[in-house]
Amino acid sequence: MHLAYPAVLAALLFCVGLYGVLARRNVILVLMSVELMLNAVNLNLVAFDVWLRDALHAGQALTLFVIAIAAAEIGIGLAIVLLVYRNRGSSDIDRLRDLRESEGPQGGSGGGSSDEASVTPATDNGPGPGPDPAGRQHA
Amino acid sequence: MNLAAGHPGFLSPTGVEIVFVLVGLATLGAALVTVTTKRLVHAALWLVAALGGVAVEYLLLTAEFIAWVQVLIYVGSVVVLLLFGLMLTKAPIVPPITRDDPSYAEVRAQATADADSGNRWIALAVALAAAATLVTVVVDAFRSTWIDLDESVAGSAKVTGVALFRHWVLPFEALSVLLLAALVGAIVLSKRRKGGER
Repeated sequence: MHLAYPAVLAALLFCVGLYGVLARRNVILVLMSVELMLNAVNLNLVAFDVWLRDALHAGQALTLFVIAIAAAEIGIGLAIVLLVYRNRGSSDIDRLRDLRESEGPQGGSGGGSSDEASVTPATDNGPGPGPDPAGRQHA
Repeated sequence: MNLAAGHPGFLSPTGVEIVFVLVGLATLGAALVTVTTKRLVHAALWLVAALGGVAVEYLLLTAEFIAWVQVLIYVGSVVVLLLFGLMLTKAPIVPPITRDDPSYAEVRAQATADADSGNRWIALAVALAAAATLVTVVVDAFRSTWIDLDESVAGSAKVTGVALFRHWVLPFEALSVLLLAALVGAIVLSKRRKGGER
């Protein structure tokens, strides 16, 4: 088999995942796109391992490691996403902007609170005045 | 084509290559639908198709063990985790609606706003530029290289197991520690606070 087939397929899959990471708004969709990118890399690893006839099978061993690390990453990532959703009532990446730099002369410690689109933070110790009370009821 | 003089033809129509290209097209299509669909649960289900297609590609590359690991871990557990995440974060569900419905445009705009962020066109430009660059470089670099799939199976369970437990034992064990750390971390993150509101 021509080596260009798996290599081109991996490159295109990676770019599809890149588009998903950049264009999606929901965090879980971004995680799905990251999975696509990891799969593209795995496909490259396997193809080059088979091509080189590596005696140590480094490519396939690394592929197994990447799969296991991807599973760990998705578990931790989803735990973080659920925590953010419980505290903020939203999992939209565009609305999680409390850490951005304040802009303009009026910017002080308030930061994101001046922006009506941002989600008001709620601390862990007390119920915060979230703008989206319906989203917090389930927690 | 002169480069390929001493090799099999550039598009030698062997069965494996044809199947590889067809499955690759299906995989690519499923991946495209995954990153463009407005319905979040559909995205997860199309991701199953994409990952399953990659598993078939592994099989065609004679990496059998990797293929079944891919099916078990990605299709079996990662997608299920993602579906759980979609449900637990109350992902917006687009109601089933036909094109004739008067509220179609409104529902479609809402679904687009829920799924895609505002910088979609910039993302498309970046992805297209990256794809053009990568494909150009890769095709140019591997124009005259062929994978010999006829000799032996490169990735049967025996071969992979021998390589893994003879040469890669230490990384393997370190990986088990990492998995344990991830397990503990996920439990700690999702545990409800004792004194707090939850």
